[in-house]
Amino acid sequence: MAKLWLIIRREYLAKVRNKSFVVMTFLSPILLVGMVVLIAYLTQVNDNEKRVVAVLNQSAFFGNSFTPGTGVSFVDFKGISLEAAKDSVTGMGFYGLLHLPPAGDAEAVAREAFLYTREVPSTSVLTEVEDALEDDLRAYRLEAMGVTPGEYAQVRQGYDLQTATFRGERSHKGINEFKAIVGGGFGYLIMMFIIIYGGFVMRSVIEEKTSRIIEVIISSVKPFQLMMGKIIGTSLAGVTQFLIWILSAGLLLTVALLFMDIDPGVLMQGPGMGGALEQQLSSSALADDQTARLMLEEFVQLPMGLLLFFFLVYFVLGYLIYSSIYAAIGAAVDNETDTQQFILPVILPLMLAIYVGFFSVFSNPHGPIAVAFSIFPLTSPIVMLMRLPSGIGPTGVPYWELAASLSLLLLTFIGIVWLAAKIYRIGILMYGKKPTYKELYKWLKY
Amino acid sequence: MEPVLSVQDLSKQFGTYTALDRVSLDIPRGSIFGLLGPNGAGKTTLIRIINQITYPDSGSIWLDGQPLGPEHIAQIGYLPEERGLYKSMKVGEQALYLAQLKGLSRADAREQLRYWFDKLDIGHWWNKKVQELSKGMAQKIQFVVTVLHRPKLLIFDEPFSGFDPINAALIKDQILELNAQGASIIFSTHRMESVEELCQHIGLIHRSRLILKGRLSAIKKEYRQGKYKVQWEPANREAGLGPLQEALEVSAATFDAEEGIWDFTLKLGDADKAAALQFLSTHGNLAAFSEWIPTAEEIFIRTVQKQEANG
Repeated sequence: MAKLWLIIRREYLAKVRNKSFVVMTFLSPILLVGMVVLIAYLTQVNDNEKRVVAVLNQSAFFGNSFTPGTGVSFVDFKGISLEAAKDSVTGMGFYGLLHLPPAGDAEAVAREAFLYTREVPSTSVLTEVEDALEDDLRAYRLEAMGVTPGEYAQVRQGYDLQTATFRGERSHKGINEFKAIVGGGFGYLIMMFIIIYGGFVMRSVIEEKTSRIIEVIISSVKPFQLMMGKIIGTSLAGVTQFLIWILSAGLLLTVALLFMDIDPGVLMQGPGMGGALEQQLSSSALADDQTARLMLEEFVQLPMGLLLFFFLVYFVLGYLIYSSIYAAIGAAVDNETDTQQFILPVILPLMLAIYVGFFSVFSNPHGPIAVAFSIFPLTSPIVMLMRLPSGIGPTGVPYWELAASLSLLLLTFIGIVWLAAKIYRIGILMYGKKPTYKELYKWLKY
Repeated sequence: MEPVLSVQDLSKQFGTYTALDRVSLDIPRGSIFGLLGPNGAGKTTLIRIINQITYPDSGSIWLDGQPLGPEHIAQIGYLPEERGLYKSMKVGEQALYLAQLKGLSRADAREQLRYWFDKLDIGHWWNKKVQELSKGMAQKIQFVVTVLHRPKLLIFDEPFSGFDPINAALIKDQILELNAQGASIIFSTHRMESVEELCQHIGLIHRSRLILKGRLSAIKKEYRQGKYKVQWEPANREAGLGPLQEALEVSAATFDAEEGIWDFTLKLGDADKAAALQFLSTHGNLAAFSEWIPTAEEIFIRTVQKQEANG
């Protein structure tokens, strides 16, 4: 035990004192925050650019349609010919010219209207101009049908079905995704951690092999102790780095956004899961007080303690499984270029877990795919965490599934670590051999 | 006296390959034991088993009369042939770490390190990183780390490779000193002249089997062939070795015309020795007469070749 502790301590110190590790630790948050701020800034710049569209309205309709919108403002041309208007638009550097020809009714005008631009018009401008026309056109149509705008608004009103579980808990349709995002965040964190720090473990093993210190070390400690010490030490360094990242990124982001006066909401509108959630919420009328309150209630009711507990369990077991595979790979090869053939099969289940999670578990957290992948031990650390926010028991993940998932994970953990330790034990003393899977299989029997 | 280490009937297979085949040997207490053998004979496997790095399929090892176990790790010091250090770690810190892995407390390790660093005059390396050191310098650190915890059994695998002659001599003196202080030493090497110099006992492994073992002096005696090196100035210069060759088996004869001295090898049975000496001294001037004793190298080569011939 004392030796294990010595090894953990050395591996930890060797890692955190490593220059590139230190640089990465402190540079990454700055880079990340810089990128976020840049994106936010660019988005704002993009939004702030106003394009001017000249309107040559020769009809008797659409007189009041053209109020300045978010991206387009309008200039009225009067009493000049289309050719003259085109010339002056080019001369004044306007974005485009909207021509509404004279016609008998609004429908005909709209049908024959043209937007002239230098190049193909940008979608946002086109949409805005279309919307302007469409609103008026609709009003004309309604009037023709004898429907008042008030009546129309009434017809247009949406509807949300109320939902509740059999036990009477109110729920909300955005909540499945919302919960999955919380779990997905945890799952994603696990995957990143495994890939980054598993790689560190592997490189550290290769370094011991190439520097030829390995035989000196294992004449003092058991290879298994060395392997575990390495994995634990490296992951502690990883946890340290992660904490620094999270704390400093949070701090920097807050400071940056405050200083630059950027609305964090801007970022939420970007693509990705945040955007999807946002849409869900706004389309189902977040403005509705009751819905908003429900969302908040749900969030508060999220089993945070439970989530955190299982996050730790799945994290520790999942990470140990994968990093001991990484350690075995490191032991089997002589240099990093030989690792490729072994790495792919390791990363595959991780990627699979993330994709299955995002595409299947989000929409149906308790469907057959979700259940299968949350029990299969190589994907369960990620997929189960995406399901767990909906709770355990009758309304969430059934007890037996959780038990099956955990016990399979535990068994796999023992099995894999045992196998990896065997390969590790033989591999670290093998020099100059390019290993094949067949060779590794033979080592298992030594 | 009970041997410090006793290996009995040790066998080890790697898949279908037999690395060790029923090897038995004793390392006498306080001796320097030369473990010899061609490349790939199984020496390293045997050494790794003694260090509990790998485990035998059958057979047993006894250290001080007890079956070898994890508690003995601290009593063995091992300098492997494939050796290195963490490149980016500082010398002192690294030596402390390795010493602590051998079970020394931090304070003890520091004290011992100071002693050895002073002794080898390398104290100023303490805060250097290993990558700044030359190969020979790193070897010295490795040597120190091997002997630091004062093990009763030391195992050196090619300890002099990578050292210049001066440092090799320095390390050799340290090994002899440790031996004089009571440490038993297993010494694995291809350099036969150092075997000759250092070892009292040898064991020769060939193709996974121990084919020769015992006291080096006894083995040499056994390998004598009744050959004698002679330098002789015959009284009758004209006749040369002629009369001698009629009576005795003479080989490898050369003649130094300036001195008038013949240099040759005589093969004699024990009973013929007195007569031959008599003849040589009456018929000429005997300048030198000594029995030819095989070197460790010759024994090594002959034994291996004989084994190969026998299949």
